[in-house]
This record gives sequence, C-alpha cells and structure tokens, in this order.
Amino acid sequence: MADETLSLKKAFSGHGGFGVDETTMAAMVTKWRKQPDQKSRFRSDFSGFFTKIGSIEKCEDDYLLRLKTEFSRFKNIMVLWLMHPWERDARWMHHVMHKSYPFTVIVEIACTRTSEELLGAKRAYQALFNHSVEEDVAYHIKESYSKLLVGLVSSFRYEGPQVDNDMAKWEAKALGNVIKSSGSGKLIQNEEVIRILTTRSKRHLKATFKHYKELHGKPIEEDLGANLCLQETVKCIDKPAKYFSEAINIAFKEGADKPSKLSLTRVIISRADVDMEEIKETYHKQFGVKLEDMITKNTHGHYKDTLLTLIGK
Amino acid sequence: MATLSIPNPVPSAIEDAEKLRKAFQGWGTDEKAMIAVLAHRDAAQRKQIKIAYEDQYKEKLLKRIESEISGHFERAVYCWIFDPVERQAIMANIAIKNKVVDFPVIIEIACINSSNELLAVKQVYQSLYKHSMEEDVASHATGDFRKLLFALVGTYRYDGEEINTELAKTEAKILNDAITKGEYNSDEIIRILSTRSKAQLQATFNCYKDAHNLSITKALSTKTPNDFVIALRAAIRCRTTPTKYFEKVLRNILQKSGMDEDALTRVIVMHAEKDLKEIKELFQTRANMTLEQAVAKKTSGDYENFLLALIGN
Repeated sequence: MADETLSLKKAFSGHGGFGVDETTMAAMVTKWRKQPDQKSRFRSDFSGFFTKIGSIEKCEDDYLLRLKTEFSRFKNIMVLWLMHPWERDARWMHHVMHKSYPFTVIVEIACTRTSEELLGAKRAYQALFNHSVEEDVAYHIKESYSKLLVGLVSSFRYEGPQVDNDMAKWEAKALGNVIKSSGSGKLIQNEEVIRILTTRSKRHLKATFKHYKELHGKPIEEDLGANLCLQETVKCIDKPAKYFSEAINIAFKEGADKPSKLSLTRVIISRADVDMEEIKETYHKQFGVKLEDMITKNTHGHYKDTLLTLIGK
Repeated sequence: MATLSIPNPVPSAIEDAEKLRKAFQGWGTDEKAMIAVLAHRDAAQRKQIKIAYEDQYKEKLLKRIESEISGHFERAVYCWIFDPVERQAIMANIAIKNKVVDFPVIIEIACINSSNELLAVKQVYQSLYKHSMEEDVASHATGDFRKLLFALVGTYRYDGEEINTELAKTEAKILNDAITKGEYNSDEIIRILSTRSKAQLQATFNCYKDAHNLSITKALSTKTPNDFVIALRAAIRCRTTPTKYFEKVLRNILQKSGMDEDALTRVIVMHAEKDLKEIKELFQTRANMTLEQAVAKKTSGDYENFLLALIGN
C-alpha cells in the first residue's frame, strides 16, 4: 500500500522529473475505482500538491501548471518527431523572437545545420510567418549580440573541400590581435570577429581554430571571456557533439529551468538521425555516465520510451 | 521584356558552331558573322553552341573568341555568352576582386534579383570560386561598404506581397530620424533596406514621402555626395524602381562626357534577355532620342554593332 502511494506520487509528481508515468496512473484508476476514500487519503497525504481548504483538499495552481508542462512533453516530442526538420527549425527560431527561448537556439540552428538545411529552415520560416528570419532577428533582437546573430542566420556557407590554409593562419592571427586589444564586452561587436565567424566555411574555421591553438597555446574558447554567444558559436562550429552533449547535461542538472529542460527534447529530436552516436560517446566521455542510463533514471512514461528509442541504434 | 531577337526558325547548334568556325578561319575575324549568330541566341541556345563547338573542333569556344577579338567588343561578347546566373556570378567576382570593390555591380546583383534568383547566383559563385559570395564581399569590402554590401547580399529576403502599414510608418520615421541626423551609415537604415521585402520597403518609402513631401532618394541627396550615400541611393532604387535606375545609369553614361564602356556593356548585356525593352522605352521619353541613337553616337565598330544587335531593331 505504501509502495503504491509512493509510485503514484512519483507518477503524478512530474516535478523535477521529465514526463509523467502514464501507465502507473492508468493502473491506479483501475485499482481505486469506486474508492473515494483511497483517493481522499492520497490527497491528504500528498503535501505540497494538495492543501486542505475547509472540507476538501484543493489542488495547488502551481502544481497544475507543472503537471501541464510534464504531460505535454510526450505530446511535443511526438508532434516534433512527425514534423519536417525544416519546419521544426523554423518554429524553434521563431520562439526566440518572442523571448520564450534563449537566443542560443538561433546560434545552435544556424551553426550546426548544413547550408542546405539552414536554407530549408529559412524557406519554411517564410512560408509559416510571412517574414524572413533575417528581418525578424534584426528587428526583434536588439542586444549586443544582434549583429552576430543576424550574420549567423544569414549565412550560406561554402561547403566544399577547399581551404586556404594561409588565409586561415592569417585570420587566426587577426583574431588573436582583436582579442588582445578589445575589451571582452566589445569583442562580440567587432567586425572582423563577426565577418570571420559568420562568412567563412566550417572547414576553414576549424583550420583557423586549430592554428589559433598552435599560435597561442590554448583553444580560442578560453580567450573569448564571458561571451556566451561567441563561445556557443565557436563550439557549435568546431565541436557540435560536445555542444549538444553539454546542452543535454544542463537539462539534467538540479534546478534546470524550463528552456534548458526543453533542449533535451530539441537536441534528441534534431540529432537522432544525424550524429547521435557521436553525441552519446562524447556525453559518456565527458560526464562518465551513459546517456541511456541518464534518461532511464530521470525521465518517465511514454516520453522516456520515445527518447530511448530515438537515441538507440 | 527582352530586346533579344531570335530568328524563326533558329538554326541548330551545330550549324551555328560551323558558322562561328568559318568566321574565325583565315586572316582576321568575320565579326559580323559572329554577331549575327551570338547576339541572336538565348542562353540555352548559346550553351548548346558552346557544347557543339567544343565537340566538333576540340577547343573551347570562349578561348577561341578571346584570341580572335579584343577590347570592349571582346569583353562584351565574353559576358554575353554565359547564361544570366553564371554571368552575374562572374561579374560579382570581378567586382569584388577589383582594387576597390565595384559596389554598383554588387548592389545591382543583390537588389534586382528575387531571393531565389540571387540564391542561384550564389550557388554558382560557390562552385566557381570555392568561396561563398558573402565571404568574399565581407573580406574585400571595408567599413560602411562592407556593412551595406554584406547585408544586401546575405539576406534571403521574403518575397511576399503582404504589407504591415503600422510597421511601414514606424520604419519611415526611423529612416527620417537617421537621415536628419546625417547618420547615413546607421544600422537601422541598413537593416530596413536589406531585410524588408520589396512590398514592405515600397510601403515604407511611400509613408516617408507622404510624411515629408520628399522622396527618400531626394532626401538622401546631399550637396557633397559621398560614395556611401550614392551606394544607398542605388540600393534603394534597385530594390524599388529598377527600370528607372538602369535608365538613369544609361543616360549618365551616354549623355555625359567621358565614357564607361564596362558599365554600358554591363547594363546592356545583363538586361537584353530580361527587361531592356522597358528600359529602352523610358530612355526614349527621357533622353529625347532612342537608345540605339545614343549608343551609336558614343560607340563605334564591332562593339557598337554588337550592342545594337542586343538592343534590338
């Protein structure tokens, strides 16, 4: 009896976890049918979720909202899974305009998709919202990192094999000079930094970052100060698997906020058919635990099952 | 509408290749025969002729032409032979690699094409030059020009017809604020000019004119014109009234002293199979002479004959 209550509490709590345990809940309905006393005892015992008011146990508003979010995790992942990748990316980018997602989502999409995929997302965006994503980013986002974001989202990078190594070396030096002479606040608006990061091909940039490390003895990320936008840009271009692995880790952290938790769904869905194996390996190496185990431990119900299926081979 | 005239029925590519071969043989070149073929075939036909010539005579048509003719005539024929997409990619590259970036060419290409046409040019540019057009523009242009040209070239604009009148009014005011302060290189001017759709931009300029009794291009005319303001005006005209823009360019070339053959070639060659007819008609009302008369006055020899053949009679 105590076990039942515990597992039912867990199934209903949705709080701290990801998703709800639909099976346990449905089983309980069967068990406790026509037993209002059972339910009443459960409610009285479920403090923090129900409070006694007069002769009834009232459901907390706060709890209702959290439950709504947790129930919709499975709905969201199914709808997203079914959608065309371009529409997904367009919708995620659109959310950022209205501040319900952090701007790093734009960096993520602009930098980890291929040129064709990003173009597809831009076309989907136009069809859905009757604006270009460039015009919306330029108009709605007025922060120090706007110029970088507009540049990233406008990019239509060359994807061929040719790399001008001399130019990559020169640009590594140029970046080093800018970093040395600019205050870290100004770095994100520096024209050369923006030009190099937003227009050069990814192969070229990887070569540039490699040269930077050889020249300065440390990876460029360490010299970018607290500039989150720049850090994420470099990471997404240079080591996307590491970026995604870290995004997943943040989602699982204690006290993770809503957008961070949403990135679990976003990362798994968007990378399932791309580089999930590499992300899993990176995650294991970085955090010492298998992604499958992390998901099994911390998520629930159909949401959990879907995630596990998506990351499986 | 195009001014290009093609005979009906049109000879086969093999017949045309033979005629060209005959024109090249012996002492000197039969330029009239060359013009009779090349200036009266559309892009698809010209491509077939190139292939047929190479198959038959085991040498590249372009290389042969370069060795047979020279000067402005040769440059015009060279530009003309390519199809419009490849031609623009080549012209963009030449403009970018110039000692000082030839900004009118870049502005024209970036502003008069639809989003998908510009995309096609960029794709061909990548396959020809192993760099994206954006990265080359950004790395060769500097300062305010870089900001403007990169924004114009880089945005994949929405091409729809919807207009937001409130937004048009707001952005007309933003433009006015920047212009009255003399901040022509303001980020807002560049943002609005490069990211808004053609319809939205036209609405914005109409609001501006209604509010200030002055068109925005007139408002940007200063007594001491600097190159950047000239570039802004060109961009505005190309985005909203391209026919008038090119008519004015032609009138400036043909009715002022001195002569810019490269610019003349560029306008005629780029529009002969597109909309030279409308430009011609406007020219006639404004210049009090036909375009043919004006061209004949200022050019001579084979170059003149070639241009006149394209202008159509």
